[in-house]
Order: sequence, then C-alpha cells, then structure tokens
Amino acid sequence: MAIFSNSRREFLKTSAAAAATTAIGSQVLSGGDIYAATRSAPTIGDPATRELMQVALDVAKSSGASYCDVRVSARRQQNVNVRDKIVQGVSDNDTYGIGVRTLVDGAWGFAATSQLTKDAVAQITKSAITQAKANRASQLHPVVLAPTPGNQVGEWKSPIKTDPFTIPIVDKVALLLAANAEAAKVKQVRNVTSSMFFLREEKTLMTSDGSYIVQTIYRTQPSMTVTAVSEDRTDFQSRASNDVAPMGLGYEHVLDAKLGENAVKWANEAVQKLSAKPVDPGKYDLLLHPSNLWLTLHETVAHPTELDRAMGYEANYAGTSFVAPPEKVLGQLKFGSPVMNIQGDREQPGSLAAIGWDDEAVKPIRFDIIKDGIFVDYQTTREQASMLEWYYKKVGKPVRSYGCSYAQSWADVQFQRMPNVSLLPGKNDYTWDDMISQMDKGIAIVGDGSFSIDQQRYNGQFAGQCFYEIKGGKIVGMLKDVAYQFRTPEFWGSMNVIAGPRSYHLGGAFGDAKGQPGQSNAISHGCVPSHFTQVNIINTGRRA
Amino acid sequence: MSSYTAPKSLLTPAGILTRAEAEEICKRALAVSPAPETRVSIGSSARADTRFAVNQVTTSGENRDTNVTITAYVDNRASSVSTNRLDEASLAAAAKQAYEIAQLVPPNPERMPELGPQVYPPSRDRDITLPNPLDRSLAAKKVTEMARAAGLVSTGFIECRVGSSALANSKGLFAYDSSSSVTMTATVRTPDGTGSGWACSDGDTFDQIDAQHVAATAVEKARTSRNPVAVEPGRYVTILENTAVGNLVQLITGAMQARAADEGRSFFSKPGGGNKLGMKVVDERVTLISDPADSPRSSGGYDGDGMPVEKVTWIENGIVKTLNYDRFWAQKMGKEPTHSGGGGGRGFGGGGTLKMIGGTASISDMIKSTERGILVTRFWYIRGVDPRTLVNTGLTRDGTFLIENGKISHPVKNFRFNESPIFFLNNLEMLGPSMRINASEALGAGGSTIMPAIKVREFTFSSLSDAI
Repeated sequence: MAIFSNSRREFLKTSAAAAATTAIGSQVLSGGDIYAATRSAPTIGDPATRELMQVALDVAKSSGASYCDVRVSARRQQNVNVRDKIVQGVSDNDTYGIGVRTLVDGAWGFAATSQLTKDAVAQITKSAITQAKANRASQLHPVVLAPTPGNQVGEWKSPIKTDPFTIPIVDKVALLLAANAEAAKVKQVRNVTSSMFFLREEKTLMTSDGSYIVQTIYRTQPSMTVTAVSEDRTDFQSRASNDVAPMGLGYEHVLDAKLGENAVKWANEAVQKLSAKPVDPGKYDLLLHPSNLWLTLHETVAHPTELDRAMGYEANYAGTSFVAPPEKVLGQLKFGSPVMNIQGDREQPGSLAAIGWDDEAVKPIRFDIIKDGIFVDYQTTREQASMLEWYYKKVGKPVRSYGCSYAQSWADVQFQRMPNVSLLPGKNDYTWDDMISQMDKGIAIVGDGSFSIDQQRYNGQFAGQCFYEIKGGKIVGMLKDVAYQFRTPEFWGSMNVIAGPRSYHLGGAFGDAKGQPGQSNAISHGCVPSHFTQVNIINTGRRA
Repeated sequence: MSSYTAPKSLLTPAGILTRAEAEEICKRALAVSPAPETRVSIGSSARADTRFAVNQVTTSGENRDTNVTITAYVDNRASSVSTNRLDEASLAAAAKQAYEIAQLVPPNPERMPELGPQVYPPSRDRDITLPNPLDRSLAAKKVTEMARAAGLVSTGFIECRVGSSALANSKGLFAYDSSSSVTMTATVRTPDGTGSGWACSDGDTFDQIDAQHVAATAVEKARTSRNPVAVEPGRYVTILENTAVGNLVQLITGAMQARAADEGRSFFSKPGGGNKLGMKVVDERVTLISDPADSPRSSGGYDGDGMPVEKVTWIENGIVKTLNYDRFWAQKMGKEPTHSGGGGGRGFGGGGTLKMIGGTASISDMIKSTERGILVTRFWYIRGVDPRTLVNTGLTRDGTFLIENGKISHPVKNFRFNESPIFFLNNLEMLGPSMRINASEALGAGGSTIMPAIKVREFTFSSLSDAI
C-alpha cells in the first residue's frame, strides 16, 4: 500500500459518511516534503472507497446483472525530459476514477467516470447496464465465464526497493544532465536526449463473486538517445538505449542502468555507425541479443497466441493470427525448432506484467504456450477459457483463465492482454560471447530498431541498434542499414542454438497497443542470445 | 469539497466543459498558484464506443474525464503537474507542487516568455452530443446483418468522441475550443480466411456516419479479395486509394521540424548545411496544406503555447514552403514561428487536418489507364526505416488487387513495402479528388486527413506476406 497520512484516512471516513453526494477526491499534503508521495491517491483499500464500489455492485445486482466488477484506480506518472544541457520538461500527472463492467444476459456493458460520488457511480452502473441490454440486440452467442474460485481477497505490490516518487526531482535532473554531458564529449555527437518515466498505480478491484483486491504497481524507465551527424552533413545515425528495458521496479532500476557510464558507449556507437559498412543484402546466419530478440518474440509469438486474435475478435485493428483455427493448431502446429520453449507468466520479479491478480480477480499461473517447438496453448481470460473447454477436456487440463485480463486505466474496459511471454533458456552454459565465438560467418544484432509485421504475424521485418559482422568467431566490424525479414514459422524453425540461463535478459515495453479504443499494455519478454540460420537480410539505405 | 467534483449543473449534455466553465476553472487555478508565472491547460473529454466481432456486438463503453495541467514558471525554470481532481484543495496542491519543483530545476535558456492575450477565430457552434448505446448497436447491426446474410464474418468499431480544451496564463491569455469526431470501421472476412475487406466512414457527428456504405464496401472487398494469387514483389505501377495515400503522405509533415533539419538530423537537412526550404522535393502537382477551416469541428484553434493556428502551406507545387519553427528556434534563426499547432507527427498534431490538394481523375480512370499494376486499399504497421530518406516499411491489407489491361484481374497476396513518400510522389501519374478519410493506425475518432487517390509509376514492394 502507498503511504497516506492518518488525516487522509480520517477525512475519507468523514466525507463518506457525510452525504451520498460527497466526493472522494481532495487531498491532504503530509508535512512539508513535497516529494514524499504527497500527491498519492486518496486511497484505496479504505472503507469509503469500498462503500463506493459496493454501490456499483448493488445497482448492478438489482438491475439484473449476472456478474459485475468495479475498479477504482489512482495512477501517478512522472516524466523528466532532458535534451543536451537543457531540461525540456518535468511533469507529474495524476488521474483517479472508477470503471464498472456489467454482464447482463451474456452481454457486456462498461462505463467510467472521474466523479467519485455515490450518485455518479450509480449513474455509470446504470449506463453500463443500459449498454449491455442494447448490445444484446446483435448478440448470437452469450458470454460464458470460466469458473474461478471467487472470494479472492488480498494485496499485492511490485517488488520495488525505492519508490521513485520519493527521490527529489533535482537528483533525477542532475543524473540525466550528467549523462548527457558524458555523451556530448564524443566528437560528432549533435543531439542527446535522455529521460526518466515513473508510474505508480493503486488499483482496487471488487467483483460480484466476492473478490476484493488491492494492488500497487510500479513501472520505471530510464532512457537515452544519442544522434551523431557526419561532418559533411550527408549522414546521421542514432543509438537508442533500448538495451535498458522498462521494468516493474523502482528507482533502483535507474541507478542500475548506469546512464552516465553507458552514455559514452552509446555515443561512440552512434559515431561508429556513420562509417559502418552498408550491408550486402542476402542470406546470413544471425545472432540476436535478447535486447533485440524480445521484440521479435513479442510480435511473432506473443501476439499470434492471443486467443481473441485467433478467434477473429481483433480483426478490425490488431488483426487475426496464423495460429488458427484453434481446433487445427492446438497441440499440432509446429511453430519452431525443438529448442523453442515458450511460457506465459505474470510472476517474474521486476517484470512488467507481474501482478497478484488480473483485472477480473483471477490469480495467474505460469503456463506453456510452445513446448519443444509445438504450439500447445493460448493466452486467455475467463470468457475465453470457456471457448477452449473441448481442448482442455481432451488434454486433461482444468478449464481456467490464465489471468490475462487487463485494462490500461479506470476509463477503459478490461480485455485479453498478453502476460510476459518468454523464451526459456537452453540447457547449457553459453553466453553472448560464447555464441559469437561459435559463429563462423554472420551478423550479430544488439538492441531493437524499426519493427513491422502483418496482421496475421507472418511477414516480419526487424532492424536493431548495432549490427556486427562476424567472421571466424570474432566481431570484425560494424554494419549499417540492416534489417532482417522473414516468415514467422521458418524463422523460429531456423533457431538452432540458444544460450543458457546465465544470459537470460528481460526486454519489454510500456506501449503495446491492442483493442479499440486502443489500449497500452506493459509487458516483459525474457530470452537468451539465440542463433538463427540463413535469414534474409535487406539493405534499408536506399536513396531514391 | 468544491462544487467542481460534481459539476453536473454546469455541463452540457455530453458532459464537456463549456467556455465559461473552463474559464472559471482556469481563473481558480491561476488564483491559487504561488508561482510568479503560471499556465493552466484543461482537457475535457467524453467517449462512447461500440465494438463488434464475429457478427455480434462484443463490448461497448462510455467514459468522461477532465484533466487540468498547471505549469509553474520561476524565471526560466518550469514544471508541470496534472490532475483530474478539480476541487479547490487538489488544484492548490497541484499548483504548489508545480511551483516547488520549478524552483529546483535548472533554468532553461531556451524558454520563451508566455504570450499575452491573442486573437482567435470566432468560436464555432458545435454539436457535442453523443449517440446512445442502442443507436450505436443498431449501426453495428447494419454491418453484422449484411455480412451474415452474405455468409461472411464482420468485425468493427464505432467511436464517438467529444471534447473541449482551454488554455490560460497569468499574462491574461485565454483560449478555448471544442471538438467532435466519429469514426466507424469494419473488416469483413470470408469464413475460410482467404479474403478480407475493409471500409471506413469518418465524420464530425454520428449522423454523418454511413453504416450502410461501410457494410456494402467491406462486404464487396471481402468477396472480391477471396483466394489471392501471388505476384512477384518488385516495382509496380500502383494505384493508392485515399486511405493508403494518407497512411504514407502524413509521414512527410511529421518530419518537417526546422530545428532537426537545420542541425542535419532530418530528410529536410541540406547536404553541406542548412535546410531544404525553397527546394523542390516532389512532383510539381503536389501541394500539402493544413488549414483549420478544413476541420471545422476538430479542436485546433490554438497551439500548446496559445498561439492561434493558421493555414500553413507545407509543400506547394512540389517545393518546400514551410518548415515548422517553434518560438525559440524561430527567434534564433530570425524567422517567424509557424502557426501550425505543432506541425507534425503521425496524426499531425492539433493544427488543422492535413490536406493534399487533389485532381480530377477517378479511381476507375486510373485503372483503365493501367496496363499492369497494383491497387492498394490501405497500409498497415508502418514504421520508419531510414529517417534520412523517409523510407518506411509496412504492408498492404484488406483489399490488394492486380490490374491487367485496364481492369482488375485478380486479388493478390499482400506485399511488404520499403518505400518513401518522397520517392513515390516524384513518380506521380494521376491525382483524384481529395476526400476526408481516417488514416491513423488505430483508426480512432479524430484521426482524419484529406487525401486524393493517386497513381504512381513505381512503388517498391519488397516481399510477400501470407497474411489475409
């Protein structure tokens, strides 16, 4: 739980008792320390909030809903942006509201408001009910929720060491300016930007089947981009720090990223890219660093194994999936080589999808998606798990959601979003350097770059940050204008050697978009350095 | 607790702040700010949406929110704090926090002084109501029923957004604007997954949405795109429908920042130094403008600093006429700041919808005049590949056809392209009339742009995709 003063709790109690129309929304500053979580939510988990949420459940029940869940969320975000020697922006954003989802005769309705009064909550609940009833008009198959124990009561908090909101802004700004100064010392560097982003979300979920869950989620991302410009101004190249991933950690992640030290390395790499050799297109063996592979894994494995995509529910925007139809691919589709084992989870410490319960009160479990190269299961929510009952019966698994329900904010309805989807390490002790030394001829790629994939996840084209030419087990130089392009099953089928647990690394992103209206999900993807044979490389440096 | 946590009596039917209400909140926020200089900006929004998939409505949602951002300035130091809690204590706490942090950050030598009162175009009368769930559901049903009757599978989305925004500062500036936008899209697929068609209707208000047209177009494209044949990737004469043109042409204005150009970090940098202002970069029939008059119902009367947004001609007859100068860079370079509302980015920012001036050729004229070529409905997953040339990659989707001897001969498998709008606008053959379309990636309400269909001599398709 976040820190809030006694006066805050008292205030909430009184205000809730005062009148039905009394809002919960003011805040009380604790002492004089403006950095110590003073703008934290008016809280969550306290009786007043609980009472407000109960209003929604009561109205839903009396209006004929068979199921209802209510989420109250208070989210604070902070951005610090620095360019060269200049602080471009320091901003702090906090948003607080309530969303109600109701199921009436197997149809969903959702409404949300930032007015936390009993009247407003009753009104949005009625609006959700009205929508559910309207939506029945074109409904052919009612929603069926897979069983879940219900009565989930508990708290969960990201495993942070230092709450980033307790660190003074001056310290954050000083760290970024010092890192920029290091990068700027490198000749030909023309532009350096760096930033920090922090998020804390306190969310409370109450469901009509008796769950009451309070969770506090943290996310942190330090980042930097260095751009070098050639003397004659005919070329410019950038190096982004995306080998430092966003994480579900606290300020310790910023310190561990060592921006100051790495700035010089990134700046030198940006400059080296100016004189790097343009790649000759053709087929090459590829060694992908986890800081590159995580994104390819995200797009080619994590997205197509979302059950809603496979069933056609996302056809209008995110797309469908080549891993379909379920009855023809589950337990049968050869997705990749036998060294490919993929699991979904919401538990890896510090990962972005880690959570105690999902947004419909399901406790997630770790599950196999691809086993020894064969596709074995999809990511699911409660309403989706019931669609696969036939398969689970056949293979002797319980019909249960894997806990993949998520909404980006109080204002958005929850739906199926990917958990962390990760490649399990090989059963060996290889590291990145070992993998290079085993390579006769090929290209090694570090960091993620341009990425694009079709709506069924077949044709992918991915670039990177740094491209290295490998000959005789050694890096012999840097390349530029490199992108690898493939058809997904062939790509994963060509993965023949993967490194061991020592080089496991979590990449990730905050902005994974899906759904309409689009929502952003935050996920991590773990993987190890992996070797792919004879992949198509294109040169992207075309000039006309 | 102030009246502002429950301002029902003050709200219009859609729940959006009126000018008077927004002005009142701005005044209160300015009054409680301890900073020597303060800026307040407000965004008030309401949304109603309905999704359908596999021929039935799947979810729908309604929400509303108002967000206030208070920026405190202490000399050249600045800090912003936002909150969606509008009571007195929350605004005061936000103002205090912004002020306290502003005192601690290093000064920004590039900060420009706040503007005083500005003159804006007269405010327009706008319909800012939202359709009810049943009306949205019935619109969805027009598509689901037609698709079902044709033995096809429809999926789609209707999004209605209304909003108002205000900006005020301690120098007396006050700006207000409101907006309304609606988009309906549908993707209709064949049950065997061998064909897919898409259509969109984009408008200011729900009554401008033509669900019947969306249904008929998407169904027809799904039917005709069934069982596509593979055609070798390569350079083709290509007809790009309006949405496909919008998908790629808006990337040009996204790169028109003067500073990046002057510093050698942009396509618009001139080799050897300087920028490409005044240089011809595309065919002389290409003119790109942004004009608030073209988007009467979209927000965009003022930019982030409170400068009025005006008509901007970016490229005229193929020549670069304007690059986007922010106030600091304009002063440094001895130029006028560009009144474009930001001037860039995919989706273009706040300053009027991007428009490419059209011609008179119809798509059927373009097809008739083509011996062998490709017709593209729209593009997908477009990402920058090389910022030096604006080469982007992406794929065709939901209706790609081969043209032979002046006729559409076959649906073809989708292609991946690696191409720059600069390159293909140098290969322009024919231009159709411009029309309002939604070319944003997520196809949400508010992503409109005004584009012609075009025919180009060469468009580079680099690989095939099995995706349908």
